Amino acid sequence: MSAAAPSRIAVVGASAAGLSVVEGLRREGHPGPITLIGEESHLPYDRPPLSKQLLSGEWSTDRLLLRGEPDIDALGLQLRLGTKAIALDTKAREVALADGTFVEYDALVVATGTRARRLPGTEGVPGVHVLRTLEDALALREDLASEGHLVVVGGGFVGAEAAAVARGLGCEVTLVTDTAQPMGDALGDELGAMLRTAHHEHGVRIETGVLVDQVLTDGGRASGVSLRDGRTLAADAVLVGIGAQPNTEWLTGSGVAVGNGVECDATLYAGSGVWAAGDVACWLNARTGEPWRIEHRTNAAEQGLAVARNILAGPERATPFDSVPYVWSDQYDLKIQIYGRTRGADEVRVVEGSTAERRLIALYGRNGRTCAAVGVNMVRALRGYRAQVAAAAPLLTGSAA
Amino acid sequence: MQISIDFDKCCGAGQCVLAAPDVFDQRDEDGIVVLLDDNPPADQAENVVQAAAVCPAAVIQVQL
Repeated sequence: MSAAAPSRIAVVGASAAGLSVVEGLRREGHPGPITLIGEESHLPYDRPPLSKQLLSGEWSTDRLLLRGEPDIDALGLQLRLGTKAIALDTKAREVALADGTFVEYDALVVATGTRARRLPGTEGVPGVHVLRTLEDALALREDLASEGHLVVVGGGFVGAEAAAVARGLGCEVTLVTDTAQPMGDALGDELGAMLRTAHHEHGVRIETGVLVDQVLTDGGRASGVSLRDGRTLAADAVLVGIGAQPNTEWLTGSGVAVGNGVECDATLYAGSGVWAAGDVACWLNARTGEPWRIEHRTNAAEQGLAVARNILAGPERATPFDSVPYVWSDQYDLKIQIYGRTRGADEVRVVEGSTAERRLIALYGRNGRTCAAVGVNMVRALRGYRAQVAAAAPLLTGSAA
Repeated sequence: MQISIDFDKCCGAGQCVLAAPDVFDQRDEDGIVVLLDDNPPADQAENVVQAAAVCPAAVIQVQL
């Protein structure tokens, strides 16, 4: 630790990224006061299982906790859970909380994550769900228990996983997406088509290439959706999984640059003693020169550790954050894993297995270079391709042979 | 050093193998973690602690 390391550190956001920051700080030997501020009242918990084991009922809520209470206690934090940060004063170095109190700091970490996007006018409408928090998942689970018809709006990770779980619970499910295939944004059309077949086989109806206009209500409760092409679908419950938006409104007027998230340099530093980690951080990727913002579980943990190290080193000695993004999805008996970034790929090549076997590895290329590797039910083998993604190695013509 | 793992919660991300390849591996069929050494030598401590920190399912417990 450098002599000039900040003494008081405040971390806003008590989920995976925030937890990783405070653990990293203690691991690196930071002895000073750390305040961990979280809008939710829960101890840090894990979100990926919300659309998987928690929604299916396989896990109870206590299994979501990322650390037990003794582990959290051992970190010696000033915990401010259930208290939303509402404003930041970077000159006075002070965070204003919703309960009227203030937290002073020498260094601040923004780890406020994202929130689920909603369809206009649907907030608070019974039967309309999003899936981001524990409460969201429990409310959806309760609605699914009646085994009615669930319409899923959006074919991304959340929508596709929830559709699979809802079928397993005995619900009728229709998934509506504006892409050509479910998870088409992340996987492209070829693997998306494979996924579509899997969902069909499990009895999910899929409407692709169509936008949802609005949620219909009857007696104040969701009764269906209307589609842009004029059709309507009746529903007992509607899950809206149309992406997430960064929680940055509380930074308005603070001078912290906000665009698609908190704008940081390559070291995750946003200036004025403010750092960012996790879903909310938009940092300059030192390898590609592009701004990246990644909503993956592993990114939150890795950036949290990186920010902890960089805070203690100080902005001048901070090192660029460098990692290969990783994300996974479980649907039925398919485990889909992605290293790198598939978006923007102009080429997809299956290099092991096949979509017919539903066991494969595909390399994604952009301008002739490997930008991602996707595995379906080939968990261990996929790891071997990570280095190729990290190096953005040339994707050679005919390498699939 | 003592390592314990909640195998039921493992999601097969393999982040532990990347951090500490001498201590962790994955099963071929489902990627679930394989503990190669539950009491590795002290020079592995940093890698193992890193593995525990980046595990996306928080299933690795380390006692140094």
